[in-house]
Amino acid sequence: MRVRLTFPPERIQEPIIYHLVKDFDIVTNIRRADVKADHGWVVLELEGKEENLERGIAWLKGKGVKVDPVERDVVVP
Amino acid sequence: MEKLRGLKCRECGRRYPSAPVHICEFCFGPLEVDYDYEALRGIVTRTSIAAGPPSIWRYRDLLPIEGDAAVGHHVGFTPLVRSQNLAEELGVSELYIKNDSVCHPTWSFKDRVVAVAVTKAREFGFDTVACASTGNLANSVAAHAAEARLKSYIFIPADLEQGKIVGTLVYHPTLVAVEGTYDEVNRLCSEVSDKYRWAFVNINIRPYYSEGSKTYGYEILEQLGWRAPAHMVVPCAGGSLITKIWKAIRECTALGLVERAATKMHAAQAAGCGPIVTMVKNDTDVLIPVRPNTIAKSLAIGNPADGYYAYRAVKESGGYGEHVSDEEIVEGILLLARTEGIFTETAGGVTVAVTKKLIEAGVIPRDESVVVCITGNGLKTPDVLSERLETHVMIRPSLSAFDRALAELKFQAGQQGKKENR
Ligand SMILES: Cc1ncc(COP(=O)(O)O)c(C=O)c1O
Ligand SMILES: [Zn+2]
Repeated sequence: MRVRLTFPPERIQEPIIYHLVKDFDIVTNIRRADVKADHGWVVLELEGKEENLERGIAWLKGKGVKVDPVERDVVVP
Repeated sequence: MEKLRGLKCRECGRRYPSAPVHICEFCFGPLEVDYDYEALRGIVTRTSIAAGPPSIWRYRDLLPIEGDAAVGHHVGFTPLVRSQNLAEELGVSELYIKNDSVCHPTWSFKDRVVAVAVTKAREFGFDTVACASTGNLANSVAAHAAEARLKSYIFIPADLEQGKIVGTLVYHPTLVAVEGTYDEVNRLCSEVSDKYRWAFVNINIRPYYSEGSKTYGYEILEQLGWRAPAHMVVPCAGGSLITKIWKAIRECTALGLVERAATKMHAAQAAGCGPIVTMVKNDTDVLIPVRPNTIAKSLAIGNPADGYYAYRAVKESGGYGEHVSDEEIVEGILLLARTEGIFTETAGGVTVAVTKKLIEAGVIPRDESVVVCITGNGLKTPDVLSERLETHVMIRPSLSAFDRALAELKFQAGQQGKKENR
């Protein structure tokens, strides 16, 4: 699954992706990233069992991380 | 003539052969059509364009299709109106309205992008086209699929208004209403496009589809006698239109169609969904996604795919941007209707209101030329005006009843005039 994660300022310092890999048995493959002092995003590929991916994404959202398809908003007005 | 060189990643520059793909396998950056401008130089001229049909296809050498147009033969070439009344009202000397509220066949500039996308889908051999949309795009994809005799799947969020559903269903697509949060609908559609071999116009066909927006820019320059205006005010949602108009202007300069193109591109968005304008105002290339809350539904993209590139187009051109409130949007719609007799939808209201603000702020000097980009039709979104329109007079069918009503109206107008003069 190809996703873009957008981090809120207060989460920039945390090892979010490390936990995603370790706690949810997900393999990540980072393709592009940009982390500034107050914002950050990373575009990456996630691989794992469907249920692990679902749980991992729910956990990310709980942390305030925005999880979007790499295309960003696909539903166009 | 080999004008197309396939696709190229906008981020890392890797090249790909022409195919229905939209993301770079290496960096997941967006892909863009790559033209051989050297080959096009001297072939695309003012004369060759003038000899073409009165539609977007007069610019077909600058569009990513190999053969002839499969659909949408009458799309584009909409009026560029030289405004007297609105110009006077806004206090500027040279104002134009590019009026895509009358674009054939579904009354928005989306017909330009969809005509190109559906033609490309046919070239790739697809038998099904698809999109995920809540409005103008849904109408246009369904209509052009009908014309092309292709199957179509249109995905919408389940809570969409009835009017928009009818304006899509009438063309007989398969309409899929998705129950779920907006983010869930987005993710699902992204996954569907990965799994099924369909031409998703704004996903896997996006590099080709988005090129159709360039024609909006070419037309303006051609209609101005191959001259670029000093300013353009462009409504932004995904950020593709403004990016591609800017690209069109640069292409026309590179091909020698216009001499000097120093057009400042100004981004117009609603205050309730303005992530691109926020980037411009804060002077940052980091896009912060927002949750849309505005009556300008056709511009309500909180996490725009081309937000970064739209920001770059504004910056490179020396333009700016402005946000407007829902009240200002309604005022903008009414102002355009009252002064020019053009009824636009909320996106047009945003553009008119932003133009007014930029002129008042001195960002657009009063003696420089401005093109206001009107991209959709007001009859699609009448509900936003219901509270603001005056009621009509109601009378019995007799001349004396009419005389009395007229006298009453004149009396009221007189009272109103006295109040305003005080
Ligand atoms: C009427 C209208 N104007 C402008 C836009 C903005 O175009 P873009 O998404 O390319 O920024 C849209 C749709 O997205 C639209 O429907
Ligand atoms: Zn790339």
